[in-house]
Amino acid sequence: MKVLVAVKRVADANVKVRAKADGTDVDLNNVKMAINPFCEIAVEEAVKLKEAGIATEVIAVSIGNKSCQEQIRTALALGADRGIQVETDGEVESLAVAKLLKAVVEKESPDLVILGKQSIDSDNNQTGQMLGALTGMPQGTFASELVLEDGKAKVTREIDGGLQTIILNMPAIVTTDLRLNEPRYASLPNIMKAKKKPLDVLTPAELGVDIAPRLTILKVEPPAERQAGIKVESVAELVDKLKNEAKVIS
Amino acid sequence: MSTLVIAEHDNSSLKAATLNTVAAAAAIGGDIDILVAGSDCSAAAEQAAQVAGVNKVLVADNAVYANQLAENMSLLIAEVAADYSHILAPATTSGKNIMPRVAALLDVGQISDIISVESDDTFKRPIYAGNVIATVQSSDSKKVITVRGTAYDAVAAEGGSATIEAISAVHDAGISSFVGEEVAVSDRPELTAADIIISGGRGMQDGENFKMLESIADKLGAAVGASRAAVDAGFVPNDMQVGQTGKIVAPDLYIAVGISGAIQHLAGMKDSKVIVAINKDEDAPIFQVSDYGLVADLFNALPELDAML
Repeated sequence: MKVLVAVKRVADANVKVRAKADGTDVDLNNVKMAINPFCEIAVEEAVKLKEAGIATEVIAVSIGNKSCQEQIRTALALGADRGIQVETDGEVESLAVAKLLKAVVEKESPDLVILGKQSIDSDNNQTGQMLGALTGMPQGTFASELVLEDGKAKVTREIDGGLQTIILNMPAIVTTDLRLNEPRYASLPNIMKAKKKPLDVLTPAELGVDIAPRLTILKVEPPAERQAGIKVESVAELVDKLKNEAKVIS
Repeated sequence: MSTLVIAEHDNSSLKAATLNTVAAAAAIGGDIDILVAGSDCSAAAEQAAQVAGVNKVLVADNAVYANQLAENMSLLIAEVAADYSHILAPATTSGKNIMPRVAALLDVGQISDIISVESDDTFKRPIYAGNVIATVQSSDSKKVITVRGTAYDAVAAEGGSATIEAISAVHDAGISSFVGEEVAVSDRPELTAADIIISGGRGMQDGENFKMLESIADKLGAAVGASRAAVDAGFVPNDMQVGQTGKIVAPDLYIAVGISGAIQHLAGMKDSKVIVAINKDEDAPIFQVSDYGLVADLFNALPELDAML
Protein backbone atom coordinates (compact mmCIF):
# COMPACT_ATOMS: atom_id res chain seq x y z
CA MET A 1 0.00 0.00 0.00
CA LYS A 2 1.26 3.39 -1.03
CA VAL A 3 0.85 6.49 1.16
CA LEU A 4 1.25 10.02 -0.13
CA VAL A 5 1.99 12.74 2.42
CA ALA A 6 1.84 16.45 1.69
CA VAL A 7 4.23 18.78 3.52
CA LYS A 8 4.38 22.57 3.55
CA ARG A 9 7.23 24.94 4.35
CA VAL A 10 6.00 27.62 6.77
CA ALA A 11 7.37 30.17 9.22
CA ASP A 12 8.37 28.36 12.41
CA ALA A 13 5.55 28.15 14.98
CA ASN A 14 7.59 30.10 17.52
CA VAL A 15 8.08 33.12 15.29
CA LYS A 16 5.70 36.04 15.69
CA VAL A 17 5.18 37.05 12.07
CA ARG A 18 4.38 40.71 11.41
CA ALA A 19 2.96 42.72 8.55
CA LYS A 20 5.44 44.78 6.52
CA ALA A 21 5.30 48.49 7.29
CA ASP A 22 3.90 49.27 3.81
CA GLY A 23 1.08 46.77 4.36
CA THR A 24 1.72 44.84 1.13
CA ASP A 25 2.60 41.50 2.65
CA VAL A 26 3.94 39.77 5.73
CA ASP A 27 7.62 40.16 6.51
CA LEU A 28 9.37 36.79 6.17
CA ASN A 29 12.90 38.16 5.79
CA ASN A 30 15.31 36.22 8.00
CA VAL A 31 12.44 34.28 9.55
CA LYS A 32 13.22 30.70 10.54
CA MET A 33 11.27 28.28 8.36
CA ALA A 34 10.12 24.79 9.24
CA ILE A 35 7.82 21.97 8.23
CA ASN A 36 4.21 22.84 9.16
CA PRO A 37 3.50 21.09 12.51
CA PHE A 38 0.36 19.34 11.24
CA CYS A 39 2.29 18.08 8.19
CA GLU A 40 4.91 16.66 10.54
CA ILE A 41 2.13 14.68 12.25
CA ALA A 42 1.03 13.48 8.80
CA VAL A 43 4.54 12.23 8.01
CA GLU A 44 4.75 10.48 11.38
CA GLU A 45 1.43 8.69 10.79
CA ALA A 46 2.56 7.48 7.36
CA VAL A 47 5.91 6.29 8.71
CA LYS A 48 4.14 4.44 11.54
CA LEU A 49 1.98 2.66 8.94
CA LYS A 50 5.15 1.61 7.16
CA GLU A 51 6.76 0.38 10.36
CA ALA A 52 3.59 -1.60 11.11
CA GLY A 53 3.99 -3.35 7.75
CA ILE A 54 0.79 -1.81 6.39
CA ALA A 55 2.31 0.76 4.05
CA THR A 56 4.96 -0.33 1.58
CA GLU A 57 6.02 3.10 0.36
CA VAL A 58 5.71 6.62 1.73
CA ILE A 59 6.04 9.52 -0.72
CA ALA A 60 6.43 13.08 0.55
CA VAL A 61 5.26 15.85 -1.76
CA SER A 62 5.68 19.59 -1.36
CA ILE A 63 4.72 22.53 -3.52
CA GLY A 64 6.88 25.61 -3.62
CA ASN A 65 10.20 27.01 -4.73
CA LYS A 66 13.48 25.15 -4.37
CA SER A 67 13.76 25.90 -0.66
CA CYS A 68 10.83 23.58 0.14
CA GLN A 69 13.17 20.69 -0.73
CA GLU A 70 14.49 21.27 2.77
CA GLN A 71 11.12 20.21 4.23
CA ILE A 72 10.92 17.25 1.85
CA ARG A 73 14.36 16.18 3.13
CA THR A 74 13.03 16.51 6.68
CA ALA A 75 10.19 14.16 5.78
CA LEU A 76 12.69 11.75 4.20
CA ALA A 77 14.81 11.90 7.36
CA LEU A 78 11.71 11.05 9.39
CA GLY A 79 11.21 7.92 7.28
CA ALA A 80 9.53 8.77 3.98
CA ASP A 81 11.00 6.82 1.05
CA ARG A 82 11.10 9.40 -1.71
CA GLY A 83 10.12 12.96 -2.42
CA ILE A 84 8.35 14.99 -5.07
CA GLN A 85 8.64 18.75 -5.37
CA VAL A 86 6.21 20.64 -7.58
CA GLU A 87 8.17 23.75 -8.43
CA THR A 88 6.26 27.03 -8.15
CA ASP A 89 7.11 30.65 -7.51
CA GLY A 90 5.68 32.21 -4.40
CA GLU A 91 2.39 31.48 -2.69
CA VAL A 92 -0.02 29.00 -4.28
CA GLU A 93 -3.66 29.02 -3.11
CA SER A 94 -5.30 25.95 -1.60
CA LEU A 95 -7.42 25.19 -4.67
CA ALA A 96 -4.35 25.20 -6.92
CA VAL A 97 -2.44 23.10 -4.39
CA ALA A 98 -5.32 20.61 -4.38
CA LYS A 99 -5.28 20.49 -8.19
CA LEU A 100 -1.52 19.87 -8.23
CA LEU A 101 -1.89 17.15 -5.59
CA LYS A 102 -4.70 15.60 -7.62
CA ALA A 103 -2.31 15.37 -10.59
CA VAL A 104 0.31 13.73 -8.35
CA VAL A 105 -2.35 11.34 -7.02
CA GLU A 106 -3.23 10.35 -10.59
CA LYS A 107 0.44 9.69 -11.32
CA GLU A 108 1.17 7.73 -8.16
CA SER A 109 -2.21 6.11 -7.31
CA PRO A 110 -1.75 6.08 -3.52
CA ASP A 111 -4.23 4.20 -1.34
CA LEU A 112 -4.08 6.89 1.30
CA VAL A 113 -3.23 10.60 1.26
CA ILE A 114 -2.39 12.22 4.59
CA LEU A 115 -2.23 16.00 4.99
CA GLY A 116 -2.13 18.43 7.90
CA LYS A 117 -5.54 19.89 8.75
CA GLN A 118 -4.22 23.41 8.28
CA SER A 119 -1.01 25.27 7.72
CA ILE A 120 -0.12 27.70 10.45
CA ASP A 121 0.66 30.53 8.01
CA SER A 122 -2.48 31.00 5.93
CA ASP A 123 -4.68 29.17 8.50
CA ASN A 124 -7.01 28.12 5.67
CA ASN A 125 -7.89 24.52 6.55
CA GLN A 126 -8.94 23.69 2.97
CA THR A 127 -6.50 21.61 0.96
CA GLY A 128 -7.39 18.08 2.09
CA GLN A 129 -11.11 18.65 1.66
CA MET A 130 -10.60 20.21 -1.78
CA LEU A 131 -8.43 17.28 -2.84
CA GLY A 132 -11.26 15.01 -1.70
CA ALA A 133 -13.75 16.80 -3.93
CA LEU A 134 -11.42 16.84 -6.95
CA THR A 135 -10.47 13.16 -6.72
CA GLY A 136 -13.87 11.93 -5.51
CA MET A 137 -12.20 10.39 -2.47
CA PRO A 138 -13.81 10.42 0.98
CA GLN A 139 -12.20 12.48 3.73
CA GLY A 140 -11.48 12.01 7.39
CA THR A 141 -10.58 15.50 8.56
CA PHE A 142 -9.11 16.55 11.94
CA ALA A 143 -8.17 12.93 12.69
CA SER A 144 -7.11 11.88 16.17
CA GLU A 145 -7.03 8.17 15.35
CA LEU A 146 -6.61 6.19 12.15
CA VAL A 147 -7.17 2.45 11.84
CA LEU A 148 -6.92 0.61 8.53
CA GLU A 149 -8.92 -2.60 8.45
CA ASP A 150 -10.77 -4.69 5.86
CA GLY A 151 -9.65 -2.37 3.09
CA LYS A 152 -11.26 0.64 4.76
CA ALA A 153 -10.07 3.53 6.87
CA LYS A 154 -11.69 4.07 10.24
CA VAL A 155 -11.09 7.63 11.33
CA THR A 156 -11.85 9.23 14.68
CA ARG A 157 -12.30 12.96 14.21
CA GLU A 158 -12.01 15.90 16.58
CA ILE A 159 -15.31 17.77 16.35
CA ASP A 160 -16.58 20.75 18.34
CA GLY A 161 -18.37 18.77 21.03
CA GLY A 162 -16.07 15.74 21.21
CA LEU A 163 -15.21 12.90 18.85
CA GLN A 164 -16.82 11.40 15.77
CA THR A 165 -15.94 8.10 14.13
CA ILE A 166 -16.49 7.45 10.42
CA ILE A 167 -15.50 4.74 7.96
CA LEU A 168 -14.08 5.63 4.57
CA ASN A 169 -13.67 3.59 1.42
CA MET A 170 -10.09 3.55 0.16
CA PRO A 171 -8.38 5.34 -1.44
CA ALA A 172 -9.07 7.99 1.19
CA ILE A 173 -7.86 11.33 2.45
CA VAL A 174 -6.99 11.96 6.07
CA THR A 175 -6.12 15.33 7.60
CA THR A 176 -4.33 15.33 10.93
CA ASP A 177 -5.20 16.91 14.23
CA LEU A 178 -2.64 17.32 16.94
CA ARG A 179 -3.50 14.28 19.04
CA LEU A 180 -3.05 11.78 16.19
CA ASN A 181 0.54 11.06 17.24
CA GLU A 182 3.70 12.62 18.58
CA PRO A 183 6.21 13.13 15.78
CA ARG A 184 9.68 11.72 16.34
CA TYR A 185 12.92 13.61 15.96
CA ALA A 186 15.08 12.78 12.98
CA SER A 187 18.31 11.08 13.99
CA LEU A 188 21.61 12.26 12.53
CA PRO A 189 22.22 9.02 10.57
CA ASN A 190 18.71 9.31 9.12
CA ILE A 191 19.32 12.93 8.16
CA MET A 192 22.44 11.81 6.31
CA LYS A 193 20.58 8.94 4.63
CA ALA A 194 17.78 11.28 3.59
CA LYS A 195 20.19 13.23 1.41
CA LYS A 196 20.58 10.18 -0.82
CA LYS A 197 16.89 9.37 -1.17
CA PRO A 198 15.32 10.18 -4.56
CA LEU A 199 13.60 13.54 -5.02
CA ASP A 200 11.82 14.30 -8.29
CA VAL A 201 10.97 17.80 -9.43
CA LEU A 202 7.83 18.43 -11.46
CA THR A 203 6.24 21.62 -12.75
CA PRO A 204 2.57 22.69 -12.84
CA ALA A 205 2.85 22.79 -16.65
CA GLU A 206 4.01 19.16 -16.75
CA LEU A 207 1.07 18.26 -14.56
CA GLY A 208 -1.29 20.33 -16.72
CA VAL A 209 -2.56 22.46 -13.85
CA ASP A 210 -3.50 26.14 -13.97
CA ILE A 211 -2.39 27.73 -10.71
CA ALA A 212 -3.58 31.27 -11.39
CA PRO A 213 -4.68 32.88 -8.09
CA ARG A 214 -8.34 33.63 -7.38
CA LEU A 215 -7.68 35.93 -4.46
CA THR A 216 -5.78 39.20 -4.34
CA ILE A 217 -4.31 40.34 -1.05
CA LEU A 218 -5.15 44.05 -0.97
CA LYS A 219 -3.60 44.77 2.38
CA VAL A 220 -2.10 43.17 5.47
CA GLU A 221 -2.11 44.94 8.78
CA PRO A 222 -1.52 44.20 12.44
CA PRO A 223 -4.60 43.37 14.50
CA ALA A 224 -5.93 45.87 17.03
CA GLU A 225 -3.48 45.66 19.92
CA ARG A 226 -4.67 45.08 23.44
CA GLN A 227 -3.17 47.28 26.09
CA ALA A 228 -1.81 45.53 29.15
CA GLY A 229 -3.96 46.37 32.15
CA ILE A 230 -3.06 46.43 35.79
CA LYS A 231 -1.65 43.93 38.25
CA VAL A 232 -3.79 43.24 41.28
CA GLU A 233 -2.22 42.31 44.60
CA SER A 234 -4.68 39.74 45.87
CA VAL A 235 -7.60 37.50 44.99
CA ALA A 236 -9.84 39.83 47.01
CA GLU A 237 -8.79 42.81 44.92
CA LEU A 238 -9.32 40.80 41.74
CA VAL A 239 -12.87 39.82 42.74
CA ASP A 240 -13.60 43.42 43.72
CA LYS A 241 -12.39 44.73 40.33
CA LEU A 242 -14.38 42.14 38.42
CA LYS A 243 -17.53 42.96 40.37
CA ASN A 244 -17.32 46.72 40.70
CA GLU A 245 -15.05 48.00 37.93
CA ALA A 246 -15.39 45.59 35.01
CA LYS A 247 -18.87 44.49 36.18
CA VAL A 248 -18.47 41.08 34.54
CA ILE A 249 -19.43 39.02 37.58
CA SER A 250 -22.11 39.63 40.14
CA MET B 1 -27.03 39.09 -5.26
CA SER B 2 -28.23 36.45 -2.84
CA THR B 3 -26.67 34.45 -0.06
CA LEU B 4 -27.16 30.86 1.04
CA VAL B 5 -26.30 30.18 4.68
CA ILE B 6 -25.62 26.55 5.62
CA ALA B 7 -27.36 25.89 8.93
CA GLU B 8 -25.47 24.32 11.80
CA HIS B 9 -27.92 22.09 13.65
CA ASP B 10 -28.45 18.70 15.25
CA ASN B 11 -31.76 17.98 13.45
CA SER B 12 -33.80 18.97 16.49
CA SER B 13 -32.44 22.47 17.03
CA LEU B 14 -30.55 25.21 15.26
CA LYS B 15 -27.10 25.99 16.67
CA ALA B 16 -26.25 29.54 17.67
CA ALA B 17 -23.33 29.71 15.20
CA THR B 18 -25.93 29.91 12.42
CA LEU B 19 -27.17 33.24 13.81
CA ASN B 20 -23.69 34.82 13.69
CA THR B 21 -23.32 33.60 10.12
CA VAL B 22 -26.66 35.16 9.13
CA ALA B 23 -25.30 38.43 10.56
CA ALA B 24 -22.30 38.20 8.21
CA ALA B 25 -24.69 37.45 5.33
CA ALA B 26 -26.66 40.58 6.23
CA ALA B 27 -23.43 42.60 6.04
CA ILE B 28 -22.95 41.38 2.45
CA GLY B 29 -26.50 42.43 1.54
CA GLY B 30 -29.14 40.86 -0.71
CA ASP B 31 -31.61 38.08 0.06
CA ILE B 32 -30.62 35.50 2.66
CA ASP B 33 -31.80 31.90 2.45
CA ILE B 34 -30.87 29.11 4.86
CA LEU B 35 -30.23 25.50 3.89
CA VAL B 36 -31.10 22.94 6.56
CA ALA B 37 -29.84 19.52 5.47
CA GLY B 38 -30.40 16.64 7.84
CA SER B 39 -32.70 13.78 8.70
CA ASP B 40 -35.97 14.37 10.56
CA CYS B 41 -34.82 17.95 10.76
CA SER B 42 -38.15 19.78 10.50
CA ALA B 43 -37.77 21.20 14.03
CA ALA B 44 -34.44 22.78 13.07
CA ALA B 45 -36.00 24.07 9.84
CA GLU B 46 -38.87 25.68 11.73
CA GLN B 47 -36.41 27.44 14.01
CA ALA B 48 -34.45 28.62 10.97
CA ALA B 49 -37.65 30.13 9.56
CA GLN B 50 -37.98 32.26 12.70
CA VAL B 51 -34.51 33.80 12.34
CA ALA B 52 -34.67 37.54 11.71
CA GLY B 53 -33.90 38.66 8.16
CA VAL B 54 -34.22 35.29 6.47
CA ASN B 55 -36.17 35.07 3.22
CA LYS B 56 -36.52 31.34 2.64
CA VAL B 57 -35.51 28.10 4.33
CA LEU B 58 -34.60 25.19 2.07
CA VAL B 59 -34.94 21.80 3.72
CA ALA B 60 -33.23 18.66 2.47
CA ASP B 61 -34.62 16.02 4.81
CA ASN B 62 -33.19 12.62 4.01
CA ALA B 63 -31.32 9.83 5.80
CA VAL B 64 -28.25 10.46 3.62
CA TYR B 65 -27.76 13.82 5.37
CA ALA B 66 -28.37 12.49 8.88
CA ASN B 67 -24.81 12.94 10.11
CA GLN B 68 -23.85 15.60 7.61
CA LEU B 69 -21.06 13.60 6.03
CA ALA B 70 -18.97 15.99 3.93
CA GLU B 71 -19.11 13.77 0.84
CA ASN B 72 -22.92 13.92 0.64
CA MET B 73 -23.40 17.45 1.97
CA SER B 74 -20.94 18.97 -0.49
CA LEU B 75 -22.72 17.44 -3.48
CA LEU B 76 -26.05 18.83 -2.24
CA ILE B 77 -24.71 22.29 -1.45
CA ALA B 78 -22.83 22.55 -4.75
CA GLU B 79 -26.13 21.83 -6.56
CA VAL B 80 -28.21 24.28 -4.51
CA ALA B 81 -25.45 26.91 -4.87
CA ALA B 82 -26.36 27.42 -8.53
CA ASP B 83 -28.88 30.12 -7.55
CA TYR B 84 -26.60 32.06 -5.19
CA SER B 85 -23.71 34.49 -5.39
CA HIS B 86 -22.45 33.78 -1.85
CA ILE B 87 -22.45 30.54 0.16
CA LEU B 88 -21.67 30.98 3.86
CA ALA B 89 -21.20 28.57 6.76
CA PRO B 90 -19.95 29.01 10.31
CA ALA B 91 -16.22 28.30 10.73
CA THR B 92 -17.01 25.41 13.08
CA THR B 93 -15.56 21.91 12.67
CA SER B 94 -18.64 21.12 10.57
CA GLY B 95 -18.33 24.16 8.29
CA LYS B 96 -14.57 23.67 7.97
CA ASN B 97 -15.13 20.04 7.03
CA ILE B 98 -17.76 20.61 4.35
CA MET B 99 -17.19 24.00 2.70
CA PRO B 100 -13.78 23.51 1.04
CA ARG B 101 -15.25 20.45 -0.63
CA VAL B 102 -18.11 22.61 -1.92
CA ALA B 103 -15.67 25.25 -3.18
CA ALA B 104 -13.60 22.70 -5.09
CA LEU B 105 -16.72 21.19 -6.68
CA LEU B 106 -17.64 24.69 -7.86
CA ASP B 107 -14.03 25.34 -8.96
CA VAL B 108 -13.74 28.42 -6.76
CA GLY B 109 -11.45 29.31 -3.89
CA GLN B 110 -12.70 29.48 -0.33
CA ILE B 111 -12.31 32.48 1.93
CA SER B 112 -11.87 30.98 5.40
CA ASP B 113 -12.79 32.46 8.75
CA ILE B 114 -13.78 35.99 7.74
CA ILE B 115 -14.04 38.62 10.46
CA SER B 116 -15.27 41.53 8.34
CA VAL B 117 -17.17 42.17 5.11
CA GLU B 118 -15.65 45.12 3.22
CA SER B 119 -17.77 44.69 0.08
CA ASP B 120 -19.46 41.83 -1.76
CA ASP B 121 -16.07 40.55 -2.96
CA THR B 122 -13.65 41.82 -0.31
CA PHE B 123 -13.22 40.44 3.18
CA LYS B 124 -10.87 40.57 6.15
CA ARG B 125 -9.47 37.43 7.69
CA PRO B 126 -6.79 36.67 10.26
CA ILE B 127 -3.66 34.79 9.20
CA TYR B 128 -0.52 33.70 11.09
CA ALA B 129 -2.49 32.90 14.26
CA GLY B 130 -4.16 36.29 14.14
CA ASN B 131 -0.87 38.22 14.19
CA VAL B 132 -1.77 39.65 10.82
CA ILE B 133 -5.13 40.65 9.35
CA ALA B 134 -5.33 40.24 5.58
CA THR B 135 -7.83 42.06 3.36
CA VAL B 136 -8.54 39.77 0.41
CA GLN B 137 -10.53 40.27 -2.77
CA SER B 138 -12.00 37.31 -4.61
CA SER B 139 -12.28 37.20 -8.39
CA ASP B 140 -14.36 34.01 -8.35
CA SER B 141 -17.90 34.00 -9.74
CA LYS B 142 -19.23 32.59 -6.46
CA LYS B 143 -17.86 33.29 -3.03
CA VAL B 144 -17.60 30.31 -0.70
CA ILE B 145 -16.97 31.63 2.80
CA THR B 146 -16.69 30.46 6.39
CA VAL B 147 -17.45 32.99 9.11
CA ARG B 148 -15.73 33.42 12.46
CA GLY B 149 -18.67 33.55 14.85
CA THR B 150 -17.02 35.78 17.45
CA ALA B 151 -16.67 38.57 14.87
CA TYR B 152 -20.44 38.96 14.46
CA ASP B 153 -23.19 39.51 16.98
CA ALA B 154 -25.94 36.94 16.50
CA VAL B 155 -29.11 38.09 14.73
CA ALA B 156 -32.37 37.57 16.61
CA ALA B 157 -33.43 33.93 16.73
CA GLU B 158 -37.07 34.96 16.51
CA GLY B 159 -39.19 37.49 14.72
CA GLY B 160 -38.61 36.30 11.17
CA SER B 161 -41.18 34.58 8.99
CA ALA B 162 -39.35 32.81 6.20
CA THR B 163 -41.12 30.40 3.90
CA ILE B 164 -40.05 26.76 4.12
CA GLU B 165 -39.41 24.88 0.90
CA ALA B 166 -38.49 21.21 0.63
CA ILE B 167 -35.67 20.08 -1.67
CA SER B 168 -35.89 16.57 -3.03
CA ALA B 169 -32.26 16.22 -4.18
CA VAL B 170 -30.69 13.10 -2.66
CA HIS B 171 -26.93 12.82 -2.96
CA ASP B 172 -25.36 9.69 -1.56
CA ALA B 173 -21.70 9.51 -2.55
CA GLY B 174 -21.62 6.03 -1.00
CA ILE B 175 -17.95 6.30 -0.02
CA SER B 176 -18.20 7.12 3.67
CA SER B 177 -20.35 6.09 6.60
CA PHE B 178 -21.03 7.27 10.11
CA VAL B 179 -20.12 4.97 13.00
CA GLY B 180 -20.71 7.00 16.13
CA GLU B 181 -20.07 10.07 18.19
CA GLU B 182 -18.75 10.64 21.68
CA VAL B 183 -19.97 14.05 22.63
CA ALA B 184 -19.06 15.37 26.04
CA VAL B 185 -22.24 15.91 28.04
CA SER B 186 -21.95 18.86 30.35
CA ASP B 187 -24.28 21.19 32.19
CA ARG B 188 -21.84 23.99 31.56
CA PRO B 189 -22.27 26.24 28.53
CA GLU B 190 -20.44 25.49 25.29
CA LEU B 191 -17.09 27.22 24.96
CA THR B 192 -18.06 29.20 21.88
CA ALA B 193 -21.33 30.37 23.44
CA ALA B 194 -20.23 31.05 27.03
CA ASP B 195 -20.22 34.55 28.56
CA ILE B 196 -17.45 33.55 30.95
CA ILE B 197 -14.62 31.08 30.34
CA ILE B 198 -12.00 29.87 32.78
CA SER B 199 -9.08 28.08 31.10
CA GLY B 200 -6.13 26.15 32.43
CA GLY B 201 -2.67 25.62 30.97
CA ARG B 202 0.42 23.59 31.62
CA GLY B 203 0.64 25.17 35.08
CA MET B 204 -2.36 23.07 36.17
CA GLN B 205 0.11 20.13 36.33
CA ASP B 206 -2.50 17.41 35.75
CA GLY B 207 -6.07 16.77 34.66
CA GLU B 208 -7.28 16.17 38.21
CA ASN B 209 -6.47 19.79 39.11
CA PHE B 210 -8.95 21.01 36.47
CA LYS B 211 -11.62 20.20 39.07
CA MET B 212 -10.59 23.44 40.77
CA LEU B 213 -11.51 25.29 37.57
CA GLU B 214 -14.75 23.35 37.20
CA SER B 215 -15.85 24.30 40.69
CA ILE B 216 -15.29 28.00 39.98
CA ALA B 217 -16.91 27.64 36.55
CA ASP B 218 -20.06 26.24 38.13
CA LYS B 219 -20.30 29.22 40.46
CA LEU B 220 -19.88 31.67 37.59
CA GLY B 221 -21.96 29.80 35.01
CA ALA B 222 -18.77 29.57 32.98
CA ALA B 223 -17.30 27.12 30.47
CA VAL B 224 -13.94 25.46 31.06
CA GLY B 225 -11.22 25.70 28.42
CA ALA B 226 -7.57 24.77 28.08
CA SER B 227 -4.42 25.78 26.26
CA ARG B 228 -2.81 23.53 23.68
CA ALA B 229 -0.03 22.83 26.17
CA ALA B 230 -2.58 21.34 28.58
CA VAL B 231 -4.11 19.27 25.79
CA ASP B 232 -0.72 18.11 24.52
CA ALA B 233 0.23 17.11 28.07
CA GLY B 234 -2.88 14.92 28.16
CA PHE B 235 -4.58 16.81 31.02
CA VAL B 236 -7.85 17.34 29.14
CA PRO B 237 -9.48 16.45 25.79
CA ASN B 238 -8.84 18.47 22.65
CA ASP B 239 -12.41 19.77 22.40
CA MET B 240 -11.52 22.06 25.32
CA GLN B 241 -8.66 23.65 23.40
CA VAL B 242 -8.79 27.41 22.89
CA GLY B 243 -6.37 28.75 20.30
CA GLN B 244 -5.25 28.98 16.69
CA THR B 245 -6.00 25.35 15.97
CA GLY B 246 -8.74 24.92 18.55
CA LYS B 247 -11.73 27.08 19.33
CA ILE B 248 -11.87 30.83 18.85
CA VAL B 249 -13.73 32.49 21.72
CA ALA B 250 -14.62 36.04 22.75
CA PRO B 251 -16.53 35.92 26.05
CA ASP B 252 -17.23 38.87 28.34
CA LEU B 253 -14.71 37.46 30.82
CA TYR B 254 -11.80 35.12 30.11
CA ILE B 255 -9.77 33.85 33.07
CA ALA B 256 -6.43 32.29 32.07
CA VAL B 257 -4.93 30.18 34.82
CA GLY B 258 -1.40 28.80 34.57
CA ILE B 259 -1.28 29.78 30.90
CA SER B 260 1.91 31.50 29.75
CA GLY B 261 0.26 33.11 26.71
CA ALA B 262 1.85 31.58 23.60
CA ILE B 263 0.77 33.38 20.42
CA GLN B 264 -1.21 30.31 19.39
CA HIS B 265 -3.31 30.58 22.55
CA LEU B 266 -3.72 34.36 22.33
CA ALA B 267 -5.04 33.85 18.79
CA GLY B 268 -8.04 32.07 20.26
CA MET B 269 -9.01 34.45 23.05
CA LYS B 270 -7.57 37.94 22.68
CA ASP B 271 -10.87 39.39 21.50
CA SER B 272 -12.44 38.62 24.89
CA LYS B 273 -13.86 41.75 26.53
CA VAL B 274 -12.10 41.36 29.88
CA ILE B 275 -9.07 39.10 30.35
CA VAL B 276 -7.80 37.96 33.74
CA ALA B 277 -4.46 36.16 34.07
CA ILE B 278 -3.33 34.20 37.10
CA ASN B 279 0.26 33.04 36.77
CA LYS B 280 3.19 32.76 39.13
CA ASP B 281 5.64 33.98 36.46
CA GLU B 282 5.33 37.76 36.42
CA ASP B 283 7.04 37.91 33.03
CA ALA B 284 4.55 35.56 31.36
CA PRO B 285 3.37 37.09 28.04
CA ILE B 286 -0.27 36.56 29.07
CA PHE B 287 0.08 39.63 31.32
CA GLN B 288 0.66 41.78 28.22
CA VAL B 289 -2.92 41.19 27.08
CA SER B 290 -4.68 40.87 30.44
CA ASP B 291 -6.79 43.62 31.97
CA TYR B 292 -6.23 42.24 35.45
CA GLY B 293 -3.15 40.22 36.25
CA LEU B 294 -2.53 38.36 39.49
CA VAL B 295 0.99 37.08 40.09
CA ALA B 296 0.32 34.14 42.36
CA ASP B 297 0.61 30.39 42.71
CA LEU B 298 -2.61 29.08 41.24
CA PHE B 299 -2.78 26.37 43.89
CA ASN B 300 -3.23 29.10 46.47
CA ALA B 301 -5.22 31.55 44.35
CA LEU B 302 -7.87 29.15 43.00
CA PRO B 303 -9.18 27.86 46.35
CA GLU B 304 -9.25 31.44 47.59
CA LEU B 305 -11.14 32.61 44.52
CA ASP B 306 -13.55 29.69 44.83
CA ALA B 307 -14.28 30.60 48.44
CA MET B 308 -14.97 34.24 47.60
CA LEU B 309 -17.53 33.59 44.87
